[in-house]
Amino acid sequence: MYRSQVLALKYFSAAMALFGVMVLAGLLAACYYIHPDLLFGILHFNIAKILHIDTMIIWLLMGFMGALYWFLPEEFGRELAGIAAAEALFYVFCAAVAVVAIVFIFVQYGGANEATLWFINQGRKYVEAPRWAAIGVVVIMAVFAYNIIGTAYASRKITGITAVLMVDLVPLLALYLIAFPAISNMSTDLFWWWWLVHLWVEATWEVLIGCIMALTLMRLLGTPRRIVEMWLYIEVALVLGTGILGLGHHYFWIGTPAYWLAIGGFFSALEPLPLLGMVVHAVYDAGTHRMKTTNKPAFYWMMAEAFGNFLGGGVWGFMITLPQVNLYAHGTQWTVSHGHFAFWGAYASGVVSVIYLVVQKVRGAAELDGALWKWSFAALNIGLIGMVGALLVSGFAQAFVERAIGGSTHEAFIAGQENPWFVQGMIMRVIFGLIFAAGYAALMWDLLTIGKRAPVPAAVAVAAE
Amino acid sequence: MHVDDPAFWRAGAISTVLVMSVVLIMLTIDTLGAISAGSARVPAYAVINRHIDYKFDAKRGNDVPVITASEPFFGKAWEAAAAEALIEQGKLVIQSRACMDCHTFFGNGAYYAPDLTKAWLDPAWETWQAITGKPTREEAMAAFLMNPEMYRTWTRTMPNLGLTEPEAVATVAYLKWMAAVDSNGFPPNFGRMQKK
Repeated sequence: MYRSQVLALKYFSAAMALFGVMVLAGLLAACYYIHPDLLFGILHFNIAKILHIDTMIIWLLMGFMGALYWFLPEEFGRELAGIAAAEALFYVFCAAVAVVAIVFIFVQYGGANEATLWFINQGRKYVEAPRWAAIGVVVIMAVFAYNIIGTAYASRKITGITAVLMVDLVPLLALYLIAFPAISNMSTDLFWWWWLVHLWVEATWEVLIGCIMALTLMRLLGTPRRIVEMWLYIEVALVLGTGILGLGHHYFWIGTPAYWLAIGGFFSALEPLPLLGMVVHAVYDAGTHRMKTTNKPAFYWMMAEAFGNFLGGGVWGFMITLPQVNLYAHGTQWTVSHGHFAFWGAYASGVVSVIYLVVQKVRGAAELDGALWKWSFAALNIGLIGMVGALLVSGFAQAFVERAIGGSTHEAFIAGQENPWFVQGMIMRVIFGLIFAAGYAALMWDLLTIGKRAPVPAAVAVAAE
Repeated sequence: MHVDDPAFWRAGAISTVLVMSVVLIMLTIDTLGAISAGSARVPAYAVINRHIDYKFDAKRGNDVPVITASEPFFGKAWEAAAAEALIEQGKLVIQSRACMDCHTFFGNGAYYAPDLTKAWLDPAWETWQAITGKPTREEAMAAFLMNPEMYRTWTRTMPNLGLTEPEAVATVAYLKWMAAVDSNGFPPNFGRMQKK
């Protein structure tokens, strides 16, 4: 096993631990809607929300890094360049995440000055981490980019997948620099902030997970490189062809010119196309292999990724993306419904699929199957879809009562939040959240034990590596 | 046409990304000019010295901010530089207290507390004026922001985030300036139901 692959296992472990923190913080945030006085004066909704969202970003990022640290030595046929720095930075990364979380929980906020932004909280959604930690993320991502680009240069071996990956790393790194400024003009601030959030989540991350899924498909189903690379190029063309100007759907209401209503509406309406292409690709590949695989959990999670990405990102996104609908849906629980479904489908399911693939390799199991992964798969997906449905009901009620009827004032907001449909949705969200949490516990137990329980004919040889 | 040739799709991907990126950069240059403070859509910070309303524009088909006569803000007129400093401070308050992780601004943020895009214009401040005993809207808002737990009007109470008086004044200024930004009619029908 390459040192880079050992590092990958550490990243997967950290990612799955943070996944757990995300679930707990999410459950806590959901409970505030039902018991508003919960922990009042001790820990408020905004801190639970920050922990929920930021750990999601970090665990997915760690999952992507783990996947690439695992696959790339095989792709390049050699150890990654600068692996010692990457190994050291893993511990720095984990320590920084822990310190930031402790500061969020125990310090929470500071005075209105630059020192607060540097050391406590930047207060910008998704990038609340203080600046010192954001600099740390830049350093880690820069070393990660060097690991890949330096290895490609040293090995003189660039495949279609690694070429796409390397080009993708440039905007991935450059866009994160937007995490630093505190621009007074909120319109300008949000304009650049969306460059970071949208062009990460709906562009560079989509390409990154496309590369990871291409590498996974080759190993999981033995799909020829020529085919996966062709699909990757199609995906890049469609994802970025629609997604770059699809950015416009965030520029409807922030003070930006009205031409964004047409541009954003048109291009974001096309954004489901590449995601539909991925479903076609996945179903085609699965069909040609008659659903036969030696790693059922990885296969099913990969299918969940394809369908979840299309439904959660594509269909749920399309529902609220036209400005005529978005005027009422924007900033309601309807958006939250889309956010949960999209992140789960597009990214979380893909990372879990890769981890199962790696677990099979590490444990040398000729075949990976069992009952527990099915329970965790069912509980996580039923829990997630239940939460998405509940949030959708609440979101419909809020858009209707608060926005369309009430006129969006403070009084209208309260009327929306107290509407029985809204309240029922919030309660159901917690119930399905608990099912999701049970699924997470089953997933963790399964990942720790699968392949150890069943006979493992090829175990000795691989484990000895 | 070689649709099964990866090189064909690679060329398509590169050209598509380049074209879209160039278009985005051109639109970005135009947009940044259109949303700079002092433009037609995003007023100068000294707008805090003017009366602001939000009315339906039949020609555009949506609500638009209407900026009219001068009105004192905390009892005086603010010079342009002082207004800018106030807005800078207000933005720092909003970030340092992570307001965006409960509230939304232009609909962006968390969804636990009301959207603040047009909060300055909210009819509810009349109630708060009565509760706080303050003669003006801005003073009532500042009093509320400094001690929100004292003025509970709902089950979800805003926590006390330790705002000093200058910080509260800066935050109110920020909300007033933001109400004057042309947000293409978002949020729709603001305050119209209460007026009826």
